[in-house]
Amino acid sequence: MTGASVLAPSPGIPRAGVNTGAGLWSSSITVAGRMVRKFARTPQLIVFTAIQSAVFLLMFRFAFGGAISTRGHLSYVNFLVPGFIVTNILWGGMGTAVGVAEDVEHGFVDRLRSLPIPRAAVLIGRGLADVALMTWALAIAAGLGFAVGFRPGGSAAGVLAAFGLCMVFGLAFEWVFIAGGLVAGSAQAAQSIIGLAVTPLVFLSSAYVPVQSMPSGVRQFGELQPITPMADAVRSLFTGADGRALVDHSTSYYVGLSLLWAAAIFVVFGFLAVLRFARR
Amino acid sequence: MTPILEARGLTKRYGKTQALAGLDLTASPGRVVALLGPNGAGKTTFVRAVATLLRPDAGTLHVDGIDALRKPASVRQVIGLAGQFAAVEEAMTGRENLEMVGRLFGLSRKQAKAAAVRVLGQMQLTDDADRLVRTYSGGMRRRIDLGVSLVGTPRLLLLDEPSTGLDPVSRLRLWDAIRSLVLTGTDILLTTQYLDEADRLASDIVIIDHGTVIASGTPTELKTRAGDDMIEVHVRDTDQLPAVSGMLATIGHDPRVDVPQRRACVAVDDGSSRLMDTLRVLDGQGITVEDISLRRPTLDEVFLALTGKPAQATDDSPEQPVGA
Repeated sequence: MTGASVLAPSPGIPRAGVNTGAGLWSSSITVAGRMVRKFARTPQLIVFTAIQSAVFLLMFRFAFGGAISTRGHLSYVNFLVPGFIVTNILWGGMGTAVGVAEDVEHGFVDRLRSLPIPRAAVLIGRGLADVALMTWALAIAAGLGFAVGFRPGGSAAGVLAAFGLCMVFGLAFEWVFIAGGLVAGSAQAAQSIIGLAVTPLVFLSSAYVPVQSMPSGVRQFGELQPITPMADAVRSLFTGADGRALVDHSTSYYVGLSLLWAAAIFVVFGFLAVLRFARR
Repeated sequence: MTPILEARGLTKRYGKTQALAGLDLTASPGRVVALLGPNGAGKTTFVRAVATLLRPDAGTLHVDGIDALRKPASVRQVIGLAGQFAAVEEAMTGRENLEMVGRLFGLSRKQAKAAAVRVLGQMQLTDDADRLVRTYSGGMRRRIDLGVSLVGTPRLLLLDEPSTGLDPVSRLRLWDAIRSLVLTGTDILLTTQYLDEADRLASDIVIIDHGTVIASGTPTELKTRAGDDMIEVHVRDTDQLPAVSGMLATIGHDPRVDVPQRRACVAVDDGSSRLMDTLRVLDGQGITVEDISLRRPTLDEVFLALTGKPAQATDDSPEQPVGA
């Protein structure tokens, strides 16, 4: 008997019951509740992300802004802030990736995966929580923008549509960050991987600087990648005629193109995240 | 009676590493089973397979009669898992963590609250229930983590190295908590690198190495297997150890010398008569013996006898004195 150990049962021991587990909706809400509480009770997260955004905005608005020409009637602050609001989603997404990676690293994901709940609930719950957090981050970014002199010239409907579009981008990029966090496996790795991916996308786009001012090659990359149509769409919606005058196509062209990008990112990275999460 | 756990020929390979190499294991209900082995023996891989976190390459695995490969979702209804890290939310209180996981186990809000109160008592955390876990000590974190896996009263609780990194007092408290669980109908499979932990906690010990079971049985059975008795000689002067060791080699097999402790020991078959022989010869050679004893082998010695290498082969695990 080297392999198996057939052991004598101890009689008279009660048997624990079966845990039915929570349903999809209820478990998703529970997972989301944890995320929101974690955020609300970690002041560093709230304060530092806000300060970081503010420093960033102040530098571009006041230190670099003077050297950047928008080649139109649009003032630089009105050019910058819509781009800043869009890219704020990406910078904020680093927190998501790091959070996911920490959960993997510290066994939290394993614990959730060992519970009798639909595995989708873990991802859906995070998504729900991030909608709430994203709304918060958008409000902060818009508030900061207003404080440094941003005055949207577009219609009220346009401004609302711009915020809505930002939420859509946020929900799409969410999956890039979740997949990144799952793959990275450690908080530090997640920070590096996502930082490396986000930095060129943000800076080599029309978010802070018109792509027309970039040398060819860089400019082509800037025009092809998703952040440029996203920034252009949001800017056109926020600023109305002055913003539209800077770009070659209509607002609906950029909105349509950026929505296509968002859909593609959602499908590809959502699939990757689910695949990675379900792997065992 | 359906075994709580039944594994047949489990294999799992990661690249070049064969984590499980045809592991067979059967455990009956009402027992605490300890999986004992060095780092990399396959303990964690096996626990993850039982927890349905990974899928074995081959073999069969049944948990409480449920096929874990075909019906992982049903297995999750009867297990609880506490992994190597305290997987709790630091920004929530102990009570909130318990209630959250209680809800996920499918309890109503009211049931989850009641379960949290029960578990807090069980884990002796009632006084600290409403503090954020972030402020807990290492031992408290471990206990709340263990507690979280208990809010659903699992039939099989999986504990992967539960006492790693704990101070002796916290360890004892954790052991008490674990022992009390069996009485409530929760069977336990725990992994450990600590021989004394397996010895004190488990009704059955399964020793694994290189992904297979190399020995199993009750702590007493395993100690018997390694040789009947141990003769241990303490000398006053370390210069005399080589002579003692040479002498012991003639009455038993492969004596071991522990210079800092000034002692040598050997496994023998016929303990009491060999003890007399030893004393006589040592006296004849003029060796001053400070202490001589006949005792049962420790699990450390059992492991050495069964695998040919010490259990504490890794350098990150704390040193276990020979014969401690």
